[in-house]
Amino acid sequence: MSDLLLPPEQRFADVIKRRENEDGSELSILNLGPTHPATHGIFQNILLMDGERILDGEGTVGYIHRAFEKIAENRPFYQITPLTDRMNYCSSPINNMGWWMTVEKALNIEIPKRVQYMRVIVMELARIADHIICNSVLGVDTGALTGFLYVFQYREKIYEIYEEICGARLTTNMGRIGGFERDWTPLVFEKIELLLKEFPPIWTEFENLLTRNRIFMDRTINVGPISAEKAISYGFTGPNLRAAGIDYDVRIMTPYSSYEDFEFDIPVGQSGDTYDRFCVRNAEVWESLKIIRQAIDKMPEGPFHADVPDYYLPPKEDVYHNMEALIYHFKIVMGEVPVPVTEVYHAVEGGNGELGFYLTTDGSRTPYRLHFRRPCFIYYQAFNDMVQGQMLSDAIATLSSLNVIAGELDA
Amino acid sequence: MALEQNTIIQSLSDRFGGSVSDFVHIHDILTFEVDSESILEVMGFLKDDATLRFNFLTDICGMHFPDADKSRQFSVVYHMHNWIDNVRIRIKCYLNGDAPEIDSATPLFLGANWQERETYDFYGIIFKGHPQLKRILNMDEMVSFPMRKEFPMEDGGRTDKDDRFFGRTTDNYTQS
Repeated sequence: MSDLLLPPEQRFADVIKRRENEDGSELSILNLGPTHPATHGIFQNILLMDGERILDGEGTVGYIHRAFEKIAENRPFYQITPLTDRMNYCSSPINNMGWWMTVEKALNIEIPKRVQYMRVIVMELARIADHIICNSVLGVDTGALTGFLYVFQYREKIYEIYEEICGARLTTNMGRIGGFERDWTPLVFEKIELLLKEFPPIWTEFENLLTRNRIFMDRTINVGPISAEKAISYGFTGPNLRAAGIDYDVRIMTPYSSYEDFEFDIPVGQSGDTYDRFCVRNAEVWESLKIIRQAIDKMPEGPFHADVPDYYLPPKEDVYHNMEALIYHFKIVMGEVPVPVTEVYHAVEGGNGELGFYLTTDGSRTPYRLHFRRPCFIYYQAFNDMVQGQMLSDAIATLSSLNVIAGELDA
Repeated sequence: MALEQNTIIQSLSDRFGGSVSDFVHIHDILTFEVDSESILEVMGFLKDDATLRFNFLTDICGMHFPDADKSRQFSVVYHMHNWIDNVRIRIKCYLNGDAPEIDSATPLFLGANWQERETYDFYGIIFKGHPQLKRILNMDEMVSFPMRKEFPMEDGGRTDKDDRFFGRTTDNYTQS
């Protein structure tokens, strides 16, 4: 187990040497990335190849490192949300909500039930958008462009819902401390209803297209497998862990934002290979749709934000006509809000797994330290282990099914 | 049978005595300090003990406290999670400011590899026994450790940006 951690030239020194002595043939080094169409982001894999077969590899990451943790130490809390957007940009509302919940936990703010349900809806929409991309792009990487084009318009529909909620589409910067910036308009609910009606048949068709497709199955079954034991040791979470057969889900283990009110299943796979990851994500989309349905049906009446004038911006009309509101507005915008000295760890189930925020405050306007537990960064180190002995084209499928998002990888 | 907090404290104190200290419950997580020399033993015990079963290493991160005593200027914070009883703990190790060194957790958890490299990259904390301790997100040529508090976020020579009135200086450490 321990030699997996060594750099490749050391691990495979004897193979390289033996080859030289025996027939003088050489192993080749292949750069997969940093800008390769199949990496879907900027990161590099240096692969040691024996013909078409991968002996070993080493990942080089950090090409789009933007020092988010350092920047976060210099910003008031409400200005950190845009940084979280840019981590897993395929499901940025989950990151936003996770961050707000972390801050609210540190500040001991009670959140109204309605806000919690709205957050659940928005997070599940984001999860669907995330899984749509991952699974359809896996199809593209194994040679099936049709499914991708077919389902991608529904990501667009989800983005239109975001747009209606907060005005932004990809990097959403959605919400505030304590709730949402405005109440949802009836149009938001109409659009969600429309999505819930139109999307399921499309997703069924997408599943029909690939799930029992002989070519797709041959390309993905037993490709890039990982055992449950190893996955835990590597710190896997999310769909990639569940594909290996472990039913760990943050939404169930430590329910946040009222997830305990909803009934849904946790799909698990068996062998942890590319095909299982694909199936787990497919099934999770159905579960997400179930949760959204329940949340809409059970949506309670009430305010769309908590009553925390210290942290929640007052309505703009009041700011112009009311001294009190003006003072709060000024203080919040300047970041001068009361912050207790504390530390919290809060995790949400992101598109790729347990997205954690470890926040330490010293009572000043900015975090003393903010660490993001980024699931991608932690499980991507297993990639070399997973593709050893596989063909190059299998590595592409594995990479695609792991859903490595460069923004989250590098922070 | 859920794992009680007292059981964790009791079994750790029985086994390691003074090496584990300062048990506090912050929000929903039991937090305690461990001597940097015994971190590997403590984590191994937490992982393998039949009742504790902290099978998952959630997170590793570093912290810098330049104003603290010399012996406590750095810390490494570990979050572990017991999936069977669903209990999280947070372990803190304080390290010397001049030569921050701690044992690597890679023999116990494969996933510690990159997380420790990241901590080294940003804080310069040396993980003894790490198989490949080199920079990961920053470029290899870099000489400083950018998450240390004395490292300015922005180029100090900038004149086009004056944020003093917003409570910011380009050198974020000397911020009053």
